[in-house]
Amino acid sequence: MALQITQSCVNCWACVDVCPNDAIYDDRPHFMIDDMKCTECLGDHAEPQCAAICPIEMAIADELGAFLNPPGSLTGIPIEKLKEFGLWREAA
Amino acid sequence: MELPVISSSAPVAEGGGCASSGCGTAPDALSHLPDHIRAKVQDHPCYSEEAHHYFARMHVAVAPACNIQCNYCNRKYDCSNESRPGVVSELLTPDQAIKKVLAVAAEIPQMTVLGIAGPGDPLANPDRTFETFRQLSEKAPDIKLCVSTNGLSLPEHVDEIAKHNIDHVTITINCVDPEIGAKIYPWIYWKNKRLRGVEAAKILIEQQQKGLEMLTSRGILVKVNSVMIPGVNDEHLKEVSRVVKAKGAFLHNVMPLIAEAEHGTYYGIMEQRGPTDAELQSLQDECAGDMSMMRHCRQCRADAVGLLGEDRGDEFTMDKIDVMDVDYEAAMVRRKEVHDSIIEKLDAKRGIVKPKAEGIPEGSRPVLMAVAGKNGVVAEHFGHAKEFLIYEASPAGVRFISHRKTELYCGGGDTCGEGDEEPDSLLDRNIKVLEGCEVVLCSKIGYEPWGKLEAAGIAPNGEHAMEPIEDAVMAVYKEIAATGRLLPQADSALKVA
Repeated sequence: MALQITQSCVNCWACVDVCPNDAIYDDRPHFMIDDMKCTECLGDHAEPQCAAICPIEMAIADELGAFLNPPGSLTGIPIEKLKEFGLWREAA
Repeated sequence: MELPVISSSAPVAEGGGCASSGCGTAPDALSHLPDHIRAKVQDHPCYSEEAHHYFARMHVAVAPACNIQCNYCNRKYDCSNESRPGVVSELLTPDQAIKKVLAVAAEIPQMTVLGIAGPGDPLANPDRTFETFRQLSEKAPDIKLCVSTNGLSLPEHVDEIAKHNIDHVTITINCVDPEIGAKIYPWIYWKNKRLRGVEAAKILIEQQQKGLEMLTSRGILVKVNSVMIPGVNDEHLKEVSRVVKAKGAFLHNVMPLIAEAEHGTYYGIMEQRGPTDAELQSLQDECAGDMSMMRHCRQCRADAVGLLGEDRGDEFTMDKIDVMDVDYEAAMVRRKEVHDSIIEKLDAKRGIVKPKAEGIPEGSRPVLMAVAGKNGVVAEHFGHAKEFLIYEASPAGVRFISHRKTELYCGGGDTCGEGDEEPDSLLDRNIKVLEGCEVVLCSKIGYEPWGKLEAAGIAPNGEHAMEPIEDAVMAVYKEIAATGRLLPQADSALKVA
């Protein structure tokens, strides 16, 4: 059970600092989660910390590819606008 | 209080600094400030309209992470085109940042100020931010340090900020009303949770206000930045201005919203308009009061380098810095010469003639003096001084060092500490505040404190009442020099022999 970082990631380091398992590492083109270390924060926090601080929609996904912060969930920008600006995807 | 009116706002130069030294700058724009603040900002390009024509600043992008979202912000980490806060070309590690700062400071000796301003929130990256400050205060003690923050993590870092001798902090405060805040901040990251709406805005506002109070109570200069968002917080910013001034912010900088759809911000995409020039100026006028010094703000990038309005970042990319050979010891000597000559030029423009240390023998040691001053002159009664301004006199001239706060021991009247209730311990404490000073200059002083000061090895001096401070300090320095007490013992012995 582990989360993953998608191509939407902008490499801002926020998740690295708050991960209780040191599971996130600097990589290119974007940061990565070590799935051997990631516990999805179970037992540590009520919500996965990377997803709780990540400022970018669609950047953190679960094993099935579902976004923890789907389009519009952080900015409040309506889906139509996101589609108009090419900022919308259904899944990772 | 009667305040000088600053002339009309500076035209915003597109990417090339100001064309002339006019730029809407009144030469006395800083004259209403208390001495200790004026001394701190006179060579700070962001705080002094006048200084920004001569002194340069730089930001180092060591702070990528952020703990809140603002509707006007979309950070970019590898963008060289957009000129706005939150955008940088490349992130730096603290070690890379130090290399860059030393290289820039050697190459651009006018650079006086290093700020950490992002591209995220510096205090959401405390390890990277403070490691950079720690190394810099060690390796480049001649550079002023400043930091900007959204305020969410400010209270927990105030002690660390004070420790690194960071004397300028900018807090971005867009509201003091959580209902308005909820329209500006969609979420904050707080105690391991993402919080939203009014609840989030309320916590952010509380933290900002608490941090502001903690900083000003420690004597750290605080500037407040606000983004003017028409229809959202424009009217409300007058209230913000009143609140932050009451809490001791020395400057309130109202900036226009930058909202272009291509920046990808919420406001950009939702077509929230920015203010017109007239709207901005009218709000700035209303909020300005005695703090109208920031009309020249250029809302720079988080990796800007050079004079305000210009960006020389391209000359200092990491690959270029890696091959530069910097002798910082030598650079510091050159930098001091450049700074002194600019300050001299600015003083001449303001009509200030610095007293020269003529007749002081070469090699004379510097002397610290405490001054009970007001408005640039030796004006305060020893017992009425709420603070002492500490000056250093040396063969190089007179310079302001710091201010030290006192506890008032004289309750008024004309007893001057004689017969007031238990004045002794307070007086003793105040004399301790003056530690290291050899002279205290004031307009008048009572008999008892006189005796105690002398016993503590500090010479009281009331001979220069109402004289300009720097003239008075130099005059006293010359008097001491005439006694031969400024030269090393061995030297004077040799001369006698």
